[in-house]
Amino acid sequence: MSTIFDESRLGRRGSELRATKTTAPAGFASSELRHELAWPELSEPQVVRHFVRLSRLNHAIDVGFYPLGSCTMKYNPKINEEMARLPGFASLHPLQPEETVQGALQVMWELQRDLAEITGMDQVSLQPAAGAQGEQTGILMIKAYHRSRQDLQRTEVLIPDAAHGTNPATASLAGFDVVEVASDSRGGVDLDALKAKLGPKTAAVMLTNPSTLGIFEDNIVEIARLTHQAGGLLYYDGANLNAILGKCRPGDTGFDVVHVNLHKTFSTPHGGGGPGSGPVGVKKHLAPFLPAPTVGRDQNGFHLVAGGPDSIGRVRSFHGNFGMHLRAYTYIRSLGKDGLSAVAEDAVLNANYLLHLIKDRVTVPYQRLAKHEFVVGLPRSIKDKTGVRTLDVAKRLLDFGVHSPTVYFPLIVDEAMMIEPTETESKETLEAFAAILAQVLTEAVNDPEMVKTAPHTTPVRRLDEARAARQPELRYRPR
Amino acid sequence: MLTALGATEVMDLFADLPQAVRLGRDLELPLGMPELELDRHVRSLADQNRHLGQLPSFLGAGAYDRFIPAAVGEILRRAEFYTSYTPYQPEVSQGTLQAIWEFQSLVATLYDMDVAQASLYDGATAAAEAVMVAVAETGRQGVVVARSVDPQVRAVIRTYAQGRPLSIQELALDQDRCDLQELDRLLTDQVAVLVIQQPSFLGAIEPAADMVQAAHRVGALAVVIADPVAHAWLKPPGAYSADLAVGEGQGLGVAPSFGGPYVGLMAARQDLVRRLPGRIVGATVDVDGKPGFVLTLQTREQHIRRQRATSNICTNQGLIALAATVYMSLMGPEGLRQVALLSHEGAEDLRHRLLALPGVQAVGSAPTFYEFAVNLPKPAAEVNRKLLAAGFIGGYPLVDDYPELGPGGWLLAVTEKRSEQEIAGFAKAVAQAL
Amino acid sequence: MDVPKSLLYTHDHEWVQIKGQVGRVGITAFAQDQLGDIVFVELPKVGASVTAGAAFGVVESVKSMSDLYAPVSGQVLAVNALLADQPEQVNRDPYGEGWMIEVQLADASEVDALISPEAYADSTQSAGH
Repeated sequence: MSTIFDESRLGRRGSELRATKTTAPAGFASSELRHELAWPELSEPQVVRHFVRLSRLNHAIDVGFYPLGSCTMKYNPKINEEMARLPGFASLHPLQPEETVQGALQVMWELQRDLAEITGMDQVSLQPAAGAQGEQTGILMIKAYHRSRQDLQRTEVLIPDAAHGTNPATASLAGFDVVEVASDSRGGVDLDALKAKLGPKTAAVMLTNPSTLGIFEDNIVEIARLTHQAGGLLYYDGANLNAILGKCRPGDTGFDVVHVNLHKTFSTPHGGGGPGSGPVGVKKHLAPFLPAPTVGRDQNGFHLVAGGPDSIGRVRSFHGNFGMHLRAYTYIRSLGKDGLSAVAEDAVLNANYLLHLIKDRVTVPYQRLAKHEFVVGLPRSIKDKTGVRTLDVAKRLLDFGVHSPTVYFPLIVDEAMMIEPTETESKETLEAFAAILAQVLTEAVNDPEMVKTAPHTTPVRRLDEARAARQPELRYRPR
Repeated sequence: MLTALGATEVMDLFADLPQAVRLGRDLELPLGMPELELDRHVRSLADQNRHLGQLPSFLGAGAYDRFIPAAVGEILRRAEFYTSYTPYQPEVSQGTLQAIWEFQSLVATLYDMDVAQASLYDGATAAAEAVMVAVAETGRQGVVVARSVDPQVRAVIRTYAQGRPLSIQELALDQDRCDLQELDRLLTDQVAVLVIQQPSFLGAIEPAADMVQAAHRVGALAVVIADPVAHAWLKPPGAYSADLAVGEGQGLGVAPSFGGPYVGLMAARQDLVRRLPGRIVGATVDVDGKPGFVLTLQTREQHIRRQRATSNICTNQGLIALAATVYMSLMGPEGLRQVALLSHEGAEDLRHRLLALPGVQAVGSAPTFYEFAVNLPKPAAEVNRKLLAAGFIGGYPLVDDYPELGPGGWLLAVTEKRSEQEIAGFAKAVAQAL
Repeated sequence: MDVPKSLLYTHDHEWVQIKGQVGRVGITAFAQDQLGDIVFVELPKVGASVTAGAAFGVVESVKSMSDLYAPVSGQVLAVNALLADQPEQVNRDPYGEGWMIEVQLADASEVDALISPEAYADSTQSAGH
């Protein structure tokens, strides 16, 4: 599709404002000013049509099934959007006097409390802007904790081989050495490998539970005991919290710090890749290190509370992604304790049911109960006989109006497909998807070219990613 | 469904949770609310706030009450944009990918830099990430950050630096902008990067070109935190060879929303592109030769490079970057210049009115754009309380961040939304408060 | 897969061509095939030192990155500048236009540790399937 630059015509404007009195800012030398801004010039109807047309090139939850494992692509309730756009929230300046923002502070205070209850932690900060930033916050707090105890030799963070890439990236950016821990044959953390790697240098163990394989780590209590015995702290990556809402709390299973993804578990929209929101919760011993400000309450109302001397400081400007806090708050109030527990039940039921529907057509590396998602592989027989790979299957699925699962992750499963249906999908949708997948796998054997050259019906077909990386064209250049 | 699974009740599917870790009780939360009651409840919380539509505001300090054309909100409500995720399957994500590519093009053009990436969480984290790029590029550990940089941005840089053996030094303030003699003392061959803000947090126009040159003389990179609206008029960082330009994009069509979500802008010179954090979209063609867009240079990122990644950021600030893209498209070059000039005219009007009041003094003498600092003869917080009673949101009291300015230090911002009547009324209310 | 007889190899899939005291280094046809479309090659500067068995650069495909390991130690005498603009040469002609660096051999005895074309060909056949 043509770009806004191609569609530009000299002299058009998409927004009119009242006339200025002057023609240039006063008090500036010409050398301090710019003389050109080569942006496109478009009318409002042009701009609206351009972006509406672009929108129609996207797959989205509101368009069709989106079983992207690890991303929790659940339905985003519309009431959340409506509430976030109320001027009483959207038109608040973050530095307004506290007495004029008591309603907003109450939302944040209640959300802090609710997330602490849901995760079993003692205190929560809403400041981190995304899951990866929540991780960074948590790991920096762990670093500050050890430092405050003069325990300076703890330089290692232990991470299972199935972990999200953000875990090792975060630990490394916080100045730790990353030590990978192997998985055992059941898909859990290999306890012997863990024991061998824990020691006086261990600062933390980072875990996702259920793991990225969608499996509940049933040795968690022992893992926590071993970690604490070695003097390390246990970090909970909340990517998969959806599976255990109201059933099990990370804080009760020995975790010291958690981050949660409001854009996964708590239904705030993914926005084409952000904004997210990644609040962190901690046990009491880590509370002094939380980023500031947090929201507190006294007899005069709600207040922003500055950090103490041990706080790691700020991780972003102002108070975090308030618009996301508000949506998550609305979601939690909408569902309540009964509804949140049902979320976990339905998410797990949907995942197990979908696995049941497709299990005879794929390889299932770990024969265990699934939680909110599961990982399967493309049968070796298909790949060897026809050369069709998981990537091809993923692309062919797009032709049927569904999004593909997450592919080639986690890294420890060959030709992996990671499928997370979420609780908001109906039985019919799951059955329809299973039928589509079965059809594609049949095609892979009978008509492999059809699959290898897919997709066929999407706005564009397979794109030349090598060309994009070899000769990067990262912006518009006039021809 | 349970029958198919051979289960009798849904809790059978949680049999793998050891008894010891099960919650075994209800969460201590209220019961769920039907939509009607929920709507009333959340509205009642909104009603407890007094918003910018009710109280004319002269508060800036990093977030601005600007006009947002209706078409921006209309596009943001397209479910195909807001209920999609990061474009892992480019064949069904061309809308998001092309919009990001257009965003990169607009930002690179605005800053007059070679390339821009797909956005970061906010301006503060963009500045911190830029520092890390410079540290990696130079292999040096020294960071010089001007004290005239937004105190919140300085705080975030300090937090991000906690993982590294960096030495951060603050370049002192000379009234309203950087102390240039001090700059020469701080810049050594150990310094990786100089971070400055244009206009400064106090609103002053810095001699940015000279400072960038000074950084280059010692082999350091220069990061310029550049306000996008003021840069409709100001000489862009690329024109004086800044290595990285970053900024907060909230002023470009994004609601203030009590502090977020916002969008961080980052642009750089070409040869730094492989060190940039976060997503980057590139143009290419499909198997039929049809033009399209993909995420590119992905080997920089955490999902491939893991512990060797340039940053741990996963996605970008997609929807907010889209808002900024729609805003920039609607405004065009002349629209943004008009927004900036209206703001500047209002600020000049207010500044003259305030400086005419007894005891009110200017802070420094550098030119300012739409934000400026003054010194009041009374504590700024006390004046703000009286202004609130008169129906205005006053400026930002500077005393906590810049005690050297005294209790009367006060930072004011004027946007295109403030009418002449509001400015005159505000100046009158300030006179009464004094 | 093509394994020229005139070269020596490593188990990390680099080849080296010894000419007097100079070794020219690249990656094998097998390696480039496993990596897929190569989009970027990061190489040391002329004058840098490389150590046998240690990483001297990085080769990137669209969605992977791999370290390049030096087969021999020594100072870098030349770097293939063509790869900066045409990394695809590594795919197209791994033993020719796709060469990467030339090293002044610091320790001629290191050459003895390299493996023969026959042994390398055998090892890739067992690794391939």
